[in-house]
Amino acid sequence: MIAARPTRPANRARTRPGRVVLHAFLIAMVALWLFPLLWAVYTALRPISDTVTHGYYSIASTLDLSNFTTVWTAAQMPQYYWNTLVIVVPGVILTLLISSMVAFALTQFSWRFNLIVLMLFTAGNLLPPQVIIIPLYWLYLNIPVPIEWLSDNGLLYDQYIGIILIHVVFQTGFATFVLSNYMRTISREITESALVDGAHVLRIWWSVILPLCRPALAAMGTLLFTFMYNDFFWALILMKTGDKRPITSALNNLQGAFFTNYNLVAAGALLAAIPPILVYIALQKHFVRGLTLGATKG
Amino acid sequence: MGDAPFYRRSPSELSELFGLDLSRRDVLRIGGYASLAAFLAACANGGGGGTSSGPGTVSVGSNQSDTSATGGPRQGMADVTAAFQKATGNKVKMNTVDHGTFQDQISSYLQGTPEDSFTWFSGHRMRFFADQGLATKVDDVWDKVKGNFTGAFAEAVKGNDGHIYGIPVDYYPWAVFYRKSVWAQHGYKIPTNWDDFKALAAQMKKDGLVPIAMADKDGWPAQGTFDILNLRLNGYEFHVDLLNGKQKWTDARVTNVFKKWAEITPYYNDAPAGMKWQDGAALLVKKQAGMTVIGLFISQEFPASDVDDIDFFPFPDMGTKYDAEKALDAPIDVMMLSKKSPTLNKDMAAAKSYLEFWAKGSTQLTMWKSAPGFIPAASDTDTSSFPALTKKAVQIVQSAQRITQFFDRDTRPDYAGPNGMQQFLLTFLSNPNANPTALQGTMQQFWDSLPPEK
Amino acid sequence: MAEPTTTPAAPASVDARAGAKAAVRRRRRYSLLTRHDKLILSLMVGIPLGLDLLLIWLPAVASVGLSFTNWSGIGPITSDDIVGFKNYQNLFTSYIFFRPALAHNLIWLAFLTIISTPFGMFLAVLLDREMRGTRIYQSIFFLPVVLALVVVGFIWELQYAPTEGFINNALGLTKTGHVIDWLGNPRINLLAALIASSWRHVGYIMVLYLAGLKSVDPSLREAAAIDGANQRQTFFRVVFPVMGPINVIIVVVTIIESLRAFDIAYIINRGKNGLELLSTLITNNSISEASLVGFGSAIAVVLLVISLVPIVLYLSRVMRNMAT
Repeated sequence: MIAARPTRPANRARTRPGRVVLHAFLIAMVALWLFPLLWAVYTALRPISDTVTHGYYSIASTLDLSNFTTVWTAAQMPQYYWNTLVIVVPGVILTLLISSMVAFALTQFSWRFNLIVLMLFTAGNLLPPQVIIIPLYWLYLNIPVPIEWLSDNGLLYDQYIGIILIHVVFQTGFATFVLSNYMRTISREITESALVDGAHVLRIWWSVILPLCRPALAAMGTLLFTFMYNDFFWALILMKTGDKRPITSALNNLQGAFFTNYNLVAAGALLAAIPPILVYIALQKHFVRGLTLGATKG
Repeated sequence: MGDAPFYRRSPSELSELFGLDLSRRDVLRIGGYASLAAFLAACANGGGGGTSSGPGTVSVGSNQSDTSATGGPRQGMADVTAAFQKATGNKVKMNTVDHGTFQDQISSYLQGTPEDSFTWFSGHRMRFFADQGLATKVDDVWDKVKGNFTGAFAEAVKGNDGHIYGIPVDYYPWAVFYRKSVWAQHGYKIPTNWDDFKALAAQMKKDGLVPIAMADKDGWPAQGTFDILNLRLNGYEFHVDLLNGKQKWTDARVTNVFKKWAEITPYYNDAPAGMKWQDGAALLVKKQAGMTVIGLFISQEFPASDVDDIDFFPFPDMGTKYDAEKALDAPIDVMMLSKKSPTLNKDMAAAKSYLEFWAKGSTQLTMWKSAPGFIPAASDTDTSSFPALTKKAVQIVQSAQRITQFFDRDTRPDYAGPNGMQQFLLTFLSNPNANPTALQGTMQQFWDSLPPEK
Repeated sequence: MAEPTTTPAAPASVDARAGAKAAVRRRRRYSLLTRHDKLILSLMVGIPLGLDLLLIWLPAVASVGLSFTNWSGIGPITSDDIVGFKNYQNLFTSYIFFRPALAHNLIWLAFLTIISTPFGMFLAVLLDREMRGTRIYQSIFFLPVVLALVVVGFIWELQYAPTEGFINNALGLTKTGHVIDWLGNPRINLLAALIASSWRHVGYIMVLYLAGLKSVDPSLREAAAIDGANQRQTFFRVVFPVMGPINVIIVVVTIIESLRAFDIAYIINRGKNGLELLSTLITNNSISEASLVGFGSAIAVVLLVISLVPIVLYLSRVMRNMAT
């Protein structure tokens, strides 16, 4: 085969008009894509007095952050942010720890039931939550949790630990699948030589394998953060205390309380949307890799 | 106590039982003074509200999540909590849940680890959970406070087993609401019969208003119109029997309801299925609509400055003998005690004290101040601060011979819900001129397919 | 569970202690793992597996059991409650909301399959080249994916509201007084929900496909370019066939997303009047005031069975890939 000559510059020169059309199309698409979000931002920046007089489809006479400050206090946003944090941060960490353990055990060693276990995990994550919710609710009312600091009513129901647990179990399947695909590319020799050096498996997992998986872990971490943060269903059913519910449920409350004040609700929705957006922007590269680690290495 | 079941006794019937020829207002006044005296006596005897022998805690599950220009129910609950804690020394742990979510989750809520006390609705909805053993009887509390409530309320809180399961907190009538200023501007007169009502709507349309606002995205607002039409055309007995499965949805009388309804649907706004009730209220607030069939709670959608402009009139007479019943929906909200609360045994004294506190007019008035759309049920409420609107609302309920609780409180919840009556009425509204017999057939088939209620 | 074993590689650098250990291990069973290690490994897999079985699969199986009862969710399940296949009979023959819900799920699937997913793939193909701004384009298309569906629902409510929403105003319909009822008209609200949902779905697919494209061996493309193929020929004749595994994943994700569709429909109007879906029917029957747990479970089982088809397909493909 002829030695590779960079072919791309030639392409670029040849299709310049094509490129312009492409960019034009993409820019148009992007504008369309961003519009609904930008409209919400615009609505949120308008004081209610402005929209009551002129309607929502109008040029704003003033723009300010009053809705954001109002909704911050009126809708108890700090409280709900905290609730979400309490659920999501341990959830992500636990999921990463557990799924990396499972992936490690399944990929670095030969088991007779590797694939079946993997399938069970992955399939679990693909089920619609409505399919399991009622029996799960009953389990949550009947599994005793005698540990005081984990549960103040002795149950999983209406407890942060309950929500964290179902998140972890539900997402472990997907995370295990993705991480095991990644770990399969790690040569078993590394594990073997570590074993030969006298290390225990836990130590190998922690000190040898996990550092090698950093990109995958970062990717999964950002994804899990998004999935858990955005969940709406589990906390709706498995919690009863309004003040403990995470921020997605708070938005529901907000709609009920301030219904015709779209401006306030828009401000609340945007405030709620900020953390995942920030996480995404910060760890953008990993997002793409995280979603596809499972896909492409198969 | 008599032949007719409890929920069929009207206030006038009950006062007749005593052979008295009193006007309703007299009854109320006498009852109020008597109960006040009895209450004070009870306080002196029982000591501090009855049962609390030291500070306890009561947990409360509340669906009063709305805030409004006047503070709103959420604010009202907070004020009552403060007053209760001050008056009795007991503590309150409040769990406020979004109004809609609370109702949707009520079944799993009550079976799980509910709070000691919770806000709920009377009617079939209350009796349903009482029958399931998810509510605690409060006969002892009721014995102390029953003098403070009229017979209608007494019936509304009775379970199927004759025991009392709740304390009436507030109620509100459904009627036809409008803005006085808009009507004055156009010179409209209150219609008393169906033809006048239709003529008025036609005139409003000519004047560029949306004659009747109908906002049914939530599915339940339209049930208010169904109820009142059915009550006026076919009577209270038929209505109650229909909602209990003793009459058929395929009955020709129900067909008549839909046919009559179709006579006013041309006067509805566009897109009734896409607007929530607050959107419909906004049409009135913005003076774009002439009138709407809704409950008194619409007042919380008005800015404080405009609340005095709200007025209402009873749904017009349909020209049947049932017009005389002056029946209307006047749902009653109640305070109940759960059964499965893990802290109820410990908190029983404080919880009952909480319920007793709610039975006082002064407490209910505190709530009313923040949520004026809900009228205190207690007879000893100080009505001097009531604006004309509220007094009129009290009057229209008192003059009603028959009161219903509202469709989704009077019938089984699996029939009244989103995949049920809410849908059937939305289907009707999307094509009101279609022959309703097909829809009625579907309604009956759906009713028949539901499992028997236990 | 079989004991984990490893085939020992030739120890490169072995210190005395490790050597002795290795010798001991080799003497036992040609395994490098101590009994202690095996226990730890078993726990590492066993505990999560146990939790998974307890909190996911046990409830799934229990749902099947409950579907044969008439249980209201309150109190114990008595023998009176057991009704055999009556719930299924009711569901398939007389429950008027089942067929619409099934139809809506199928429409959801059709829309995603014919419009949303291909569009996502198309964007991925467009963006899979060296050019300025591709990262920014990708980020923007993917942005809706990181938003909670509650937020997405609300953002689109601002567009769809009958008199205050952007679309009706922009089309000038609010002035004529005949607005389009995007969310209330049962003939079009499913489409409205689908658009809102696709706003998210397209970005998700785009990213999946993009990563797949990036993993295609560049030498294949170069060979095609050298042979004189243009962009389109390169894609369809060279790249697309190699994307087999990715294509399967895209198909499965699409199917599963259409079966799991719930949040947007529920948020808009609790899944009624044109937005009935199997998932909302389950919720409105079992986890609502209605308390028809048995019946709701029957619907859940139907959804479970339908979902297992693509899940099993996907996993068998994955197994095949892993085995090779």
